[in-house]
Amino acid sequence: MARDAQENLPFAIRHFSPEALKEALRKMHLIRLFEEGAEESYMRGLIHGTMHLSIGQEASAVATCMELTDADKITSTHRGHGHCIAKGADVGRMFAEFFGKETGYCHGRGGSMHIADVKTGNLGANGIVGGGLPIAVGAGLTAKRLGRDDVTVCFFGDGANNEGAFHEALNMASIWKLPVIFVCENNKYGMSTAAAYATAVPNISDRAAAYSMPGVTVDGNDFSAVAEALHIAIARARAGEGPSLVENLTYRWRGHSKSDRNRYRTKDEIEDWMSRDPIQRFRAELIAHGVLDEAGAEAVEAAAKDAVAQGIEFAKAGPAPAITDVTKFVHAEAAA
Amino acid sequence: MNAQTHIKEAGSKTREMSYAEAIRDAMAIALERDPTVVLMGEDIGTYGGAFQVTGDLVDRFGKDRVMDTPISELGGAGVAVGAALTGLKPIYEFQFSDFAALAMEQIVNQAAKLRYMLGGEAAVPVVFRMPSGSGTGAAAQHSQSFEAWFGHVPGLKVVQPSTPAEAKGMLLAALEDPDPVIVFEHKLLYKMKGEVPEGYYTTPIGKAAVVRVGKDVTIVASAIMVHRALEAASKLAAEGIEAEVIDLRTVRPLDRETIIASVKKTGKLLCVYEGVRTLGVGAEISALVAESEAFDYLDAPIQRLGGAEAPIPYNPDLERAAVPQSPDIESVARKLAKGEV
Repeated sequence: MARDAQENLPFAIRHFSPEALKEALRKMHLIRLFEEGAEESYMRGLIHGTMHLSIGQEASAVATCMELTDADKITSTHRGHGHCIAKGADVGRMFAEFFGKETGYCHGRGGSMHIADVKTGNLGANGIVGGGLPIAVGAGLTAKRLGRDDVTVCFFGDGANNEGAFHEALNMASIWKLPVIFVCENNKYGMSTAAAYATAVPNISDRAAAYSMPGVTVDGNDFSAVAEALHIAIARARAGEGPSLVENLTYRWRGHSKSDRNRYRTKDEIEDWMSRDPIQRFRAELIAHGVLDEAGAEAVEAAAKDAVAQGIEFAKAGPAPAITDVTKFVHAEAAA
Repeated sequence: MNAQTHIKEAGSKTREMSYAEAIRDAMAIALERDPTVVLMGEDIGTYGGAFQVTGDLVDRFGKDRVMDTPISELGGAGVAVGAALTGLKPIYEFQFSDFAALAMEQIVNQAAKLRYMLGGEAAVPVVFRMPSGSGTGAAAQHSQSFEAWFGHVPGLKVVQPSTPAEAKGMLLAALEDPDPVIVFEHKLLYKMKGEVPEGYYTTPIGKAAVVRVGKDVTIVASAIMVHRALEAASKLAAEGIEAEVIDLRTVRPLDRETIIASVKKTGKLLCVYEGVRTLGVGAEISALVAESEAFDYLDAPIQRLGGAEAPIPYNPDLERAAVPQSPDIESVARKLAKGEV
């Protein structure tokens, strides 16, 4: 391929191997199918409580985590299933957690809102908007203090950018030049309240200027655009140059949670975003650039479907926690 | 007298130092022993801390390990939580325990619950140091006693050392603990001197200490109240009333055994605490005794002396009146002992 043609290719196609790109597509399908499976399981009474689905935001989760290793950390949000899968979690143990089983990632104590997988560097979803922001800065501090080169990606939503914790966290990450990448998934609404109403700046990335760090807004449904922004931010963090703020503009197709009646947005708006499905867009891009063909893409999706079906069976088969263990895990068990 | 207990426990040479110096000594030992220990807090570096507890530690250990934080209590506490979650052992100093109200989210929703929410897959070995209590003329937002707030949260441990030796040993125990520990340091105790064992030792969390043995009435007290109770007990002894004084040391988990054993012996219980009386630490101690086998041994109604149902006032006379003083303890203990309650 001529050099000019090479440069015109999307970043992701230039930068990642075909295997890595196929795996990214698989993870995006896996997130979508996992959440559809969770939704169906909820309808069938296999899951209680509530959950916050990220259907429509898959490119943001997967592209953000493309260059992260298990040593790198993420902090996640109440809408964190995608982040968890993108970081490498097993959907069987995730379903088991949602089903409240001892075999779940949190032994049935956390559920959807606290899903975590510490071994792959996922420090956990969070039920408190903005809760993960200072924690991510703390993870960055650990890396710097111990001389490690791992970075921490802090996912948060547009709602969290108006929490005090956001401002305190960005300020500290900046003054101490910590290896943290703040990734705002701006899906336009904090529950029902529009970001455009609740936020005093047009772009959340504008707030980076107040903390002397680079801030960029990208199309969060464009896999390649997100991956490129993260590539730059991660390189900066690993080089010891400090934090960055990346804003991924995206949209959740479903309501905020299971109780949402969608009174604050129009059918047209939802359908408009659904017509720009990040998974189909990425899939088409991979096919257009010859990374795989239709049959290959079908096979990737089928593999994800199988994983979800097997995951649900694994979850169903797992044991429930013992009722007598209600206080287990409050503290470390005393050494024997 | 309290410090004597520790000399025996540690069995080593001692040195006289203040409560603040003893805490500093503990932090210096920890910083020397363990490279993952970091101190964080507002003005703990060059300034030496609002109460001069960190003192010269920044000169000895450098700014990377004795870190001044911005005035960001929520964020600072959260950074400590995240650092603890990923391999450091931070000691975060609040300038005043009152300011922990700004950081309740990170302490209560995150630090206390992370191990549980993650099914035992995570640990948050963070220590929060909180200068606490009234008596300094600092009025309502710099004088509170929040032990009961934090004592209400599963996942936290809450300690209140009352002497220099305890302050050092309990801080080192807090650092050894794999879970978050809140250390309330009473501001009026910072200058109190006492014999402190040299070197490394720990004073166990969850164990109360009988600091004066008696047979007529049990007084359970913590922090500065231990000293006021001991003063009252000395006066009562001159009248032939022998009060047993228990230094609670730990608010969560409570040492049920020591309290119950003492009440079974004396048949009378007075709880003394500085926090607001209603729904305070003494309410829990009273309830645990009432629910235990010690109930059958009670010869009089349980009594509580706690803080007034008011913010801590500025006027010095009002301020003294707002929390239990030695004569108050003496009076109630006397009535209890004489069967006049």
